[in-house]
Amino acid sequence: MPEKKYKKRYGDGTMKPKTEFSEITIENYKDYVFEKSPRSAHWKNMFWAFLVGGLICAFGQLLIELYIIWGVKAELASSLASATLIALAAIFTGIGVYDKLGRFAGAGSTVPITGFSNAMVAPAIEFRSEGLIYGLGAKMFLIAGPVVVNGVLVSVVVALIRSLFLGVG
Amino acid sequence: MQFYDKKQTLHFKNVSFVSGFTLAGPKEKQGKLGSTFDLTLEDDKFGEKTFEKAERKMFEYAVSGAIAKANLQPNDIDTIIGGDLLNQIVSVSFAAKKFKSSFLGLYNACGTYVESLIIGSFLTEFFSKNVLCVSGSHFSTAERQYRYPLELGVLRSPVTQWTATGVGASILQRHSDGCPKIVSATVGRVMDYGIMDVNNMGAAMAPAAKDTFTQYFTDTGKKPSDFDMIATGDLGKLGKEILIDLMEREGYDFNNNYIDCGAELFYEKQKTYMGGSGAACSALVTNGWLYNNLKKGNIKNLLLVGTGALMSPTTSFQGESIPAIAHLVEIEMGQKES
Amino acid sequence: MAINILKAFLVGGGICLIGQIVINITHITNGKILVIFLIAGAILEGFGLYDPLVKFSGAGASVPISGFGYALVKGTVKAIEEKGILGALTGGLEATSLGISTAIVFGYLVALIFKPRTKKN
Repeated sequence: MPEKKYKKRYGDGTMKPKTEFSEITIENYKDYVFEKSPRSAHWKNMFWAFLVGGLICAFGQLLIELYIIWGVKAELASSLASATLIALAAIFTGIGVYDKLGRFAGAGSTVPITGFSNAMVAPAIEFRSEGLIYGLGAKMFLIAGPVVVNGVLVSVVVALIRSLFLGVG
Repeated sequence: MQFYDKKQTLHFKNVSFVSGFTLAGPKEKQGKLGSTFDLTLEDDKFGEKTFEKAERKMFEYAVSGAIAKANLQPNDIDTIIGGDLLNQIVSVSFAAKKFKSSFLGLYNACGTYVESLIIGSFLTEFFSKNVLCVSGSHFSTAERQYRYPLELGVLRSPVTQWTATGVGASILQRHSDGCPKIVSATVGRVMDYGIMDVNNMGAAMAPAAKDTFTQYFTDTGKKPSDFDMIATGDLGKLGKEILIDLMEREGYDFNNNYIDCGAELFYEKQKTYMGGSGAACSALVTNGWLYNNLKKGNIKNLLLVGTGALMSPTTSFQGESIPAIAHLVEIEMGQKES
Repeated sequence: MAINILKAFLVGGGICLIGQIVINITHITNGKILVIFLIAGAILEGFGLYDPLVKFSGAGASVPISGFGYALVKGTVKAIEEKGILGALTGGLEATSLGISTAIVFGYLVALIFKPRTKKN
């Protein structure tokens, strides 16, 4: 069997020859597939993640400033701005816009608190056809459940450790 | 893997493929083969309240359509054999309620259509006069079950495929003139080459396709160039490349007459990355475009391989790799019997 | 005001950028990224390191999901100081109750009103 050089054809467009596989077995098949698979457009993803994530946070900051101007106390303004973003993300998920955003923004749409909201609302809308209790109600925490569970768990452990070391005041 | 040197290819003498009906969704209608489908939907909810109800209705229409196209009555069909992608294959089972024929439900993921042709051929060769083989899938129902809710904002990996929405139904009859005939079949075996990424099913299924093709060529002594067309179900663009390479290493040249149904369904601009996937792919392309070309005589013989990835969301969460299977049928344009 | 918004943009974008890099390298799913960032925010606040970031960039640190972890830990620590050991269990959810309840209520309303849409691509 003549040896062949395998070239990358999609992704970042480079044509450098990569590792040559003289024989494909179950052991090296995963590496072979990795070589042949097109890569994600890393730089593009990173740019959009930065831009969209930054804009969502900037908008959140704008909300905080507005709430403070309207007389809300500083700490409450922060929570209220997050809550407002959650509500808006829920509505945008319902309208069908948020998934379009996630298509190119990646972490820019997942990491802000709006991603948490989207992760709760999307399955709720989807599974509503199974009823309000077993569908909507049960599936709402399908993707976001681990966030709440792990959040409470980690906060309990971390806070206990911190209080132990720093002493309770 | 040890080569299993028992002959796995079976031959049929009396199985004619008399009609094929295709029903496809809106995105498939806008694709490359849009004009080859018998019925296409403007709205993939098909006027129903849920996507699941729509999928069932699609199956009912496709079965009725295939029966009508063959100039038969529903009572003429002895058995309906088919499957879909949903848990407990509810779409095809609920659709079969509407017909009086007996029913055999199957599941081999995206290889279900060819599996149904093989089992249908067994029945037709020895027992039944008319057997209907059907398979299909729906993007929205499959996505919800296997991947993510539709409205979730998620970045798709460039190796993913798009589950095709559609149903293809075929009728097999004993002794018919002027129709393509199913002349042989190779039943595949489960192959697992260790792929863990559920988005890269094409790569997981390519070794299974290679195994089945190699088994067939060894059993019959034929070569890829003996056929006008070789088609696989839904390996996608990446899987297709991998298969061409794997077959070349075995000494078979797939560069000239080989297509993949999933890769042929959509245009680049429809953003389906690696192409279509799903139990509908092979059914839609075979019953429409390939069948028409067979009947016209543009294709005189065809090798069709349906590939299926046999994992579930549970096995993926439990860290298992993806086993796959591939089944083969050989279809020839029959000669007029004297 | 404009300076604050710019700081929020840069820090928030930076945190999301780190998230995207993690996704690119490890190919992990949506749910896992949410949990990892949450835990990171919680642990950083455990060392008292996240608070200065919040004071500096406001929403840039509180809006990402790591800010959720920060709020949980901050609330729990405060509750332990006020109520003793029982505060460990009450503090976290109390501090984040506004966010979680908003998500549940609005999620429910939106799911009642809207239907799932056909995906075009």
